[in-house]
Amino acid sequence: MDIKHQKKIDKTVTSLRKKDVTGGKVVTESWEPNLEYAWDNGPAISRYLAELKKGKLIGKRCNKCDRVLLPPRMFCEICWRPTDEWVYVEDTGTVNTFCISHVDWKAGRLNIKGGVRPFTPAVIEIDGASKGMGILHMIDKTNPKNIKMGMRVKAVWKPAEKREGSITDIEYFKPIGKKK
Amino acid sequence: MGYRKVAVVGAGITKFARYAQETVSELSYEATKMALDSCEMNLSQIDCVSVGTAPDAFDGIHMNGEAMAEGSGGWCKPVMRNYVGGGTGVMSAIHGWQHVASGMFDTCLVVAEEKMSSAFPHPAGAFLTIFDHTTEQPLMPTLLWIFAIEMQRFMATHGYDKKDIARVAVKNKGNALNHPSAQLGAEITVEDVLNSEIMAYPVNRLDVSPTSDGAVALVLAAEHVARRVTEKPVWIDGVGHALDSAYWCTRDLYYPDYVEVAARKAYEMAGIKEPHKEIHIAEPYDPFTYKELHHLEGLQLAPRGGSVKMLMDGHFDRDGNLPTCPSGGLLGVGNPIAAAGLMKVAEIFWQLRGEAGKRQVPGQPKCGLAQAWGDLMQVGTVVVMRA
Ligand SMILES: [Zn+2]
Repeated sequence: MDIKHQKKIDKTVTSLRKKDVTGGKVVTESWEPNLEYAWDNGPAISRYLAELKKGKLIGKRCNKCDRVLLPPRMFCEICWRPTDEWVYVEDTGTVNTFCISHVDWKAGRLNIKGGVRPFTPAVIEIDGASKGMGILHMIDKTNPKNIKMGMRVKAVWKPAEKREGSITDIEYFKPIGKKK
Repeated sequence: MGYRKVAVVGAGITKFARYAQETVSELSYEATKMALDSCEMNLSQIDCVSVGTAPDAFDGIHMNGEAMAEGSGGWCKPVMRNYVGGGTGVMSAIHGWQHVASGMFDTCLVVAEEKMSSAFPHPAGAFLTIFDHTTEQPLMPTLLWIFAIEMQRFMATHGYDKKDIARVAVKNKGNALNHPSAQLGAEITVEDVLNSEIMAYPVNRLDVSPTSDGAVALVLAAEHVARRVTEKPVWIDGVGHALDSAYWCTRDLYYPDYVEVAARKAYEMAGIKEPHKEIHIAEPYDPFTYKELHHLEGLQLAPRGGSVKMLMDGHFDRDGNLPTCPSGGLLGVGNPIAAAGLMKVAEIFWQLRGEAGKRQVPGQPKCGLAQAWGDLMQVGTVVVMRA
């Protein structure tokens, strides 16, 4: 490499080391934003949440493209028209794809060697919704090594008194037998 | 169609680093100054500025586009920000092209910057808020999941083997050894990738690009200006971008439709009928190893299900039929999100001018492509350039 060019590029940035930053070698200022939000969920997701509280999954049909949309939406993004009737779907489905995660949401390492079970999030195609309509949820209570694409799963719900109208009213999905 | 011809006439880039002391505006200044100097132009000759920086959450600066604007030469000029996640760098170049091609402006500075090191404890945490606040965030997802989930689907659909895909990391980190800005150039083996820490199976540590700080800048000019400024203008002959649904679980993740839509628009504009024959060199977006192959298939530069064989045959090596990521890509040079995408456009510029030094691919390439991808796994951005 051209040494002169390399020196010029090197001069553009003062590269700090991690220990400079985290070890107090440089002055840092940190900030914890005191920001709170109350999000409106609109008619479609509000109904979705209300049904989750009852232990049910609900979608909405578009009669033009004949898709059952899950989560429900007030309009069809393809037909560009309001959706039509509400449709209850099953709480069973098929694993479309998944992963076995050794990290949490902020890239913190799980203590896998210490026996912590990896997270196994999956895209689950819900029975009764249109083909390909998946939702993100967790698979649990099975060895991660046994999870396969195409595996049949069923929702495990929190007890009714603990449900609060949240996607976490489903605790996780567990494997079940083949589809009849 | 009624577009004016637009050329890239200059480029500049900072070093990519994990922790840079410089502010967003200072990084932008270094890259912008270098780009103007490279074509012996000054700010008074610049009509407008297209800036790009991706999620504000990394920098921790709300409206980061404004923070970088002065360093990007934007004082008292028309400045417009691009903000499509990882697709931002290439989008900024497309936006700059639009300004000049339309006849509105004769020159445009395109500047992309990212500073990920400001987010603690790790910038990955900032990605939580890109997921749907009600139906997904309560599950505490991380972006690594979505990639691992997509990689798994891609591998299963085509019967690809993880150890073959690992060769993308070997190639790109190797190429980066010759890039003066590179953060992670290295000579590694497939075994090194497979033995690196498991992040989220099937993704290992060395399948992932690093978090980085850095900036890149280009100078765009209309034909009459470009011919005055340089003897080696590189023409932007085709651009395309497309956005797919935000319901990412509803798409079949094995194939990036939105990249295909974007590429077809760019090819049509550039008059390209057989991209795999007419494109000589490509910089597909490679934040993860499999993504380079996933995108090459979407770009019609490899058949669906055929990219791994081409990789194994050496097709994508620097001296192969279609060198891909000769810069070293995000995996090797680094991934300051928006800047990484624009780094790809800059690489095609240098390669087509024969100015890539030791990274120069043989055979005097005449036509190249740069592509980026982003938002919630849903945007494709493509530019086609000719010497
Ligand atoms: Zn419809």
